[in-house]
Amino acid sequence: MELCPLIKNILLLDSEGKRVAVKYYSDDWPTNSAKEAFEKTVFTKTQKTSARNEAEITMFDDYVVVYKFVQDLHFFVTGGENENEIILASVLQGFFDAVGFILRGTVDKREVLENLDLVFLCLDEIVDGGIVLETDANVIAGKVASHSTDDGAPLSEQTITQALATARERLARSLLT
Amino acid sequence: MAQPLVKKDDDRDDEADYSPFLGIEKGAVLQEARVFNDPQLDPRRCSQVITKLLYLLNQGETFTKVEATEVFFAVTKLFQSKDIGLRRMVYVMIKELSPSADEVIIVTSSLMKDMTSKTDMYRANAIRVLCRITDGTLLTQIERYLKQAIVDKNPVVASAALVSGIHLLQTNPEIVKRWSNEVQEAVQSRAALVQFHALALLHQIRQNDRLAVNKLVSSLTKGSVRSPLAQCLLIRYTSQVIRESANTQAGDRPFYDFLEGCLRHKAEMVIFEAARAITELNGVTTRELTPAITVLQLFLSSSKPVLRFAAVRTLNKVAMTHPMAVTNCNIDMESLISDQNRSIATLAITTLLKTGNESSVDRLMKQITNFMSDIADEFKIVVVEAIRSLCLKFPLKHRSLMNFLSNILREEGGFDYKKAIVDSIVILIRDIPEAKETGLLHLCEFIEDCEFTYLSTQILHFLGIEGPKTSDPSKYIRYIYNRVHLENATVRAAAVSTLAKFGAMVDTLKPRIFVLLRRCLFDNDDEVRDRATLYLNTLGGDGAVVQTGEDVKEFLFGSLDIPLVNLENSLKNYEPSEESFDIYSVPREVKTQPLAEKKAPGKKPTGLGAPPAGPPSTVDAYEKLLFSIPEFANFGKLFKSSAPVELTEAETEYAVNVVKHIFDGHVVFQYNCTNTIPEQLLENVTVIVDASEAEEFAEVASKPLKSLPYDSPGQTFVAFEKPEGTPAIGKFSNMLRFIVKEVDPSTGEAEDDGVEDEYQLEELEVVAADYILKVGVSNFRNAWENMGADCERIDEYGLGPRESLAEAVNAVIDLLGMQPCEGTEVVPNNSRSHTCLLSGVYIGNVKVLVRLQFGLDGPKDVAMKLAVRSEDESVSDAIHEIVASG
Repeated sequence: MELCPLIKNILLLDSEGKRVAVKYYSDDWPTNSAKEAFEKTVFTKTQKTSARNEAEITMFDDYVVVYKFVQDLHFFVTGGENENEIILASVLQGFFDAVGFILRGTVDKREVLENLDLVFLCLDEIVDGGIVLETDANVIAGKVASHSTDDGAPLSEQTITQALATARERLARSLLT
Repeated sequence: MAQPLVKKDDDRDDEADYSPFLGIEKGAVLQEARVFNDPQLDPRRCSQVITKLLYLLNQGETFTKVEATEVFFAVTKLFQSKDIGLRRMVYVMIKELSPSADEVIIVTSSLMKDMTSKTDMYRANAIRVLCRITDGTLLTQIERYLKQAIVDKNPVVASAALVSGIHLLQTNPEIVKRWSNEVQEAVQSRAALVQFHALALLHQIRQNDRLAVNKLVSSLTKGSVRSPLAQCLLIRYTSQVIRESANTQAGDRPFYDFLEGCLRHKAEMVIFEAARAITELNGVTTRELTPAITVLQLFLSSSKPVLRFAAVRTLNKVAMTHPMAVTNCNIDMESLISDQNRSIATLAITTLLKTGNESSVDRLMKQITNFMSDIADEFKIVVVEAIRSLCLKFPLKHRSLMNFLSNILREEGGFDYKKAIVDSIVILIRDIPEAKETGLLHLCEFIEDCEFTYLSTQILHFLGIEGPKTSDPSKYIRYIYNRVHLENATVRAAAVSTLAKFGAMVDTLKPRIFVLLRRCLFDNDDEVRDRATLYLNTLGGDGAVVQTGEDVKEFLFGSLDIPLVNLENSLKNYEPSEESFDIYSVPREVKTQPLAEKKAPGKKPTGLGAPPAGPPSTVDAYEKLLFSIPEFANFGKLFKSSAPVELTEAETEYAVNVVKHIFDGHVVFQYNCTNTIPEQLLENVTVIVDASEAEEFAEVASKPLKSLPYDSPGQTFVAFEKPEGTPAIGKFSNMLRFIVKEVDPSTGEAEDDGVEDEYQLEELEVVAADYILKVGVSNFRNAWENMGADCERIDEYGLGPRESLAEAVNAVIDLLGMQPCEGTEVVPNNSRSHTCLLSGVYIGNVKVLVRLQFGLDGPKDVAMKLAVRSEDESVSDAIHEIVASG
């Protein structure tokens, strides 16, 4: 067994299984077509289930996949077959909630695409090279949203209110341009 | 700015498929990236362009080398901007581009400046980026900052440095190992994630030092770990320590109390990790299991699917070894059969099938029948397999289970699912004699309406073998002959063969079979007609009903005991000539597939110490190689080639291993040599073999190796004569002799004069196992019965104290060098007895089957009953001799 919990990938797909934002941390899928094939399998295997209240889970081809859906978005986190399912679920929850915070609760494909930079940063803050970096959605969203504040305050002390304020400001700005 | 972003809210709503990246194109975005070079940077615009670039990469778009370099250089300009948001995007972009070494230099100074910045966010990110893209040389320059960062008061900075350390340990272990003190301090951090990352790194630094890991675990289990993730790590390390200490004499297991304590932790991930660790302990007792099962049982009724899944999956595994311990959960488990999540439902069903007792089978089957209709094929297959093992466990229940299988066989389903069912029925027919007749009839009914040619032919073949042995063979004829009317050519041909088998075995049916076969002579397919003609002739269908001869039976029923791949190769190499193809010239050795190394952690090659892989080690390759050497060309057919045996320690000056090639009257040693010293060239390399402890062997030829340059393996050979057809054994001592020449490393040229030198190699043995080929049989029971008890030899042996039953089983398998059949080489945990089945071919082409029965006799002593069947009693005796002297 792998001694350190490892994340194999984090996927955010739309309601047709198309890529919105994905991040792979493992060499199991060396090419883009291998990645797309995996995404297709994951999507078809889970699409009929309802994972809107609680995170759901499935297992195939030596991978454990936890997933959660909201609106037209499908969130997935994949780990090896022997990974602790609950650790995977906590990473999923962290990602899911952090995106929710950043987008002020309106989580759908369009919002995500419009704030794709923040979602990329979010992925960057959750897992580094397969190792879990942070699972607390408040902290993740805080780190991402400290984006345009230039005060150099310690990141972990950023509160969610601040995070939301910045996110709101950004949105307003992008609408005005 | 891209066009769509300017659109207003209201008119977006009309477009369902709106995306700010609609119609985005690589060329255009690369053009846009020119804004990075503007003297007056617009941070927001630059951020947007980077986002677009990242979007393209994320969608699978690739940049050419030139494009990537251009983007990289443009992005480095952005370090001038003070905008934090933009800087974050720059960091992510650089990681995505993974620049080459000479490009890295461009950003190094900028990143090093950020690493020492006052802004924590800069520090943390610059560390992660720099460590991701750097190589070893740069690392020494920044090492000081990294060590400071590990103990930084800001947890994000500390985590960044620690996680980077974990990655760097793979490539630059000697540097990261110097950070031990700082990492140890970080383990005590109050920040949860820092503690987790520090613990992971500290353990990886020390993982090869068992004592240190032991100390780490014993100090931390006393309780100072706060982070749930770190606690999970600690549980994993603790189970590793328990596994390796293995001194599980009576009394308490070390650290068990810690694991049990974790079951009361407040974080679910810790509780589960601990419960799972306990269930996986070697030789776990019921008392130890109980608390873990209790918490898992609570998870079963959780509202969270993830918890239910985790629990039922773990209990499912426990049920394989300790079914009784799981029965308490049966009620909760039964309610999971209707779980929305079908993975959970399937796991619950299969667990119940494992824990169920004979009386609950019928009730369970009723529940499963309802369940089967609404799950996917892949889950159905799992259930079918579980039912098969249940049936083997309770043979008395075969009637209801067989009925169940035949019912689901009639329902809709894909090929894999149907195949799983058919396979299960076939196995049940083979193993439960009472189930045979009903099972065969179920199969007959299935082929009446079977859309899969493969399954039809398999079943027809199986009918041909089993059908004639039943009480009333005639009742199957109708089903088989129907195939000849109604199916495609492949199935018709298979049906013809099956009819012939009935004809050969059941004399009373012969006249009727002949009539049917003659009708097949008018089939419109060549193969079907050919087969009918062939069988009519072999069975004497020209009127006279005669007793079927032995050789005809062998022709019809004998299995092709040659690997098909080898046969295919031999046929390809065969050139049409006067000499007809000789099937006995096909090599029989099964190519051993190298174990898939997918699961193995990515081990880096350890530099020069690891001898490079020799020439391809397949039988064909060896055979070709040996026949190409004139001295060995007349030795006849190669019987067996051993796996390479190392004759030197790892990491010595010269790496040598040997492959033993066994011929009928000769043995050839192939020494694979590698020179690991760059400053040397070896010439005229030979191995001097002293065979004084191998009386029956006489050296006949040797083939020296002319030249052995640095790091390119070469071979030298020595051949011995030995008495023909007998398993002569002996010990050989080896000395490598060569002329060594100095090589100038700068020019690579060798000096003219060399010195003769010798190098002592380890001893080499030819053992009895070298004379046995690993050749498996598909159905051991059949093969065993067919072999008969004529040349059977049975005896009992005491193997003395052994570490475990599994160790004893493996030792005997290795000693005999035979192929384990039907997965019997695996010994279930905690079992006190085990039966292992082996098969092989002894020199002289004699088939040998071995049945080993092991039992524990007292706490550690292993006793073994060895039964051997072969075609020759002297061979059976020889096998016993191997064991007796081994």
